[in-house]
Amino acid sequence: MPDKSGKKDLGFVETKYYNMPEGAEFILENDAKLPGLKIAYETYGELNSRKNNAVLICHALSGDAHVAGFHSGDKKPGWWNDMIGPGKAFDTDKYFVICSNVIGGCKGSSGPNSINPSTGKPYGLAFPIVSIKDMVHAQKKLLDFLGIKKLLSVCGGSMGGMQALQWAVTYPKMVVSCIPIAANYKHSAQQIAFDEVGRQAIMADPAWNGGNYYEKGHPSAGLAVARMIGHITYMSNKSMEKKFGRALKRAELGYEFSTEFEVEGYLRYRGDNFVKRFDANSYLYITKAMDYFDLQHGKKLQDTFRGVSARFLIIAFSSDWLYPPFQSKEIVRALKMNGIDVTYCEISSDYGHDAFLLEYAEESRLIKHFLEKTHKKQGK
Amino acid sequence: MASKRKEELRVDHKVIGDMIEPGSMVLDMGCGDGDLLEYLVLRKEVKGSGVEISEEAIYKCVEKGLSVSHGDIDSGLKEYPDKLFDYVIFNQTMQQVHRPAEAIMEALRIGKKVIIGFPNFCYITARLQILFSGHVPITPSLPYFWYDTPNLHFLSIKDFRIFCAERGITIEKSVFLAESGTVRFMPNLFALNAIFQISKK
Repeated sequence: MPDKSGKKDLGFVETKYYNMPEGAEFILENDAKLPGLKIAYETYGELNSRKNNAVLICHALSGDAHVAGFHSGDKKPGWWNDMIGPGKAFDTDKYFVICSNVIGGCKGSSGPNSINPSTGKPYGLAFPIVSIKDMVHAQKKLLDFLGIKKLLSVCGGSMGGMQALQWAVTYPKMVVSCIPIAANYKHSAQQIAFDEVGRQAIMADPAWNGGNYYEKGHPSAGLAVARMIGHITYMSNKSMEKKFGRALKRAELGYEFSTEFEVEGYLRYRGDNFVKRFDANSYLYITKAMDYFDLQHGKKLQDTFRGVSARFLIIAFSSDWLYPPFQSKEIVRALKMNGIDVTYCEISSDYGHDAFLLEYAEESRLIKHFLEKTHKKQGK
Repeated sequence: MASKRKEELRVDHKVIGDMIEPGSMVLDMGCGDGDLLEYLVLRKEVKGSGVEISEEAIYKCVEKGLSVSHGDIDSGLKEYPDKLFDYVIFNQTMQQVHRPAEAIMEALRIGKKVIIGFPNFCYITARLQILFSGHVPITPSLPYFWYDTPNLHFLSIKDFRIFCAERGITIEKSVFLAESGTVRFMPNLFALNAIFQISKK
């Protein structure tokens, strides 16, 4: 089934699950211990005999392991289907592509909605606080299980980009190349602020009940508001003007507090849809993980990247005000000061932060050739 | 005019290539589509990278397998540590930066040697055009009208020599080019383009 770009899709794919061996504990950055770790993941393409063609894709806040292809019965493909498949930027004829759901998530990996073995009920807030580093460590467990010792590339947008950066810093010998897109090296005050408003919206919903709602009604109203705020930050003034302007959902103003403007309707629709597929506690855990993210840790940023050997392709988008290009440029500068091979491109786009999911033609031009060069460099 | 200019830039590439030691670290400031860098990587096996302001040019460089950074020359130079590069190249771009003096000094900080190629404003035809036709000169190396030129600064070979002398910059090599080839006799009058290799202790 050819997609918009005329390239072939992967066809039907399935989510697989990895469980840490019985009795093994997963130790988190904050020293908390998780009894058992489950990771939902998908793979596409074949791992070659030298095991040097593996590419790890890291997902953003609301993403999951299903990055490309179709699940049986679904009309919509995975969240980055335009980028991954035969002949696409992440060419599954050449590369073995892996994507897993983050720890703390709600799409099959261990998270607050998993069953707590000591109570037989969902963890809720008893689930340990996770960090971006924990997400990376969980992915490392999966890669160990898959027998992968080197990553040709680790790539992700937004929170996925933070994981990619963390990979390059934590496992410098394992990462041959790193592609952070629309990401930051530490969450800024503004980024923390938006996350906190989202969390407060969830926790202010009486249904949230201290995170203990799995047997009753979910805090749908709170989570929907959190998602609405998120969507505003993912778009740009220009893309909102273009998409909605002041267009009304009906013929004229009703002078009442109902959904009158198209933009209101859109946000409600996105919010209501989101609660059907996402767990409110996961939203709390994952936004917290992003807020804790700080590669710099009070050091000079350039010292953070000392000893990193990956080559980098860093991509930002001109209208992204949530993760603005200047933050990517700071990473570029720090890498250059270490003499690290880096390519940087600011793609001009009106889509805001969402551009990383939408501007696939431009991203493909960069990533396809960057990966080919990296693959050639390390010797096939 | 365009095709001639391209032909001539290829000569530039060869001249610059001849100045560069094989296997060295090279930074091309304002690398455009990456033709020179690609030539240096293929022929001189340099470890090359570039800085370029045009987004479309960035895609073309990446397609060639080059490492490039999207940004302007003026701020781009500050991003590198001292003497990281064996050569920093400004090929036909020095005249387009906002602060050329600062850029040259920064380039000498981050590179052991700097190679600068620029059009000679005091080429004989240019002088004659000013004197006899009363027009701002248009020559094969300066093929623009006043309103569409990317050049912010205009200089001659003599001006550049004086600039270097005043700042204690050593001119290590120089090659002067006309349409027919290299020029040795009175280059400030007969050369369309100049390529200098400079350094500073």
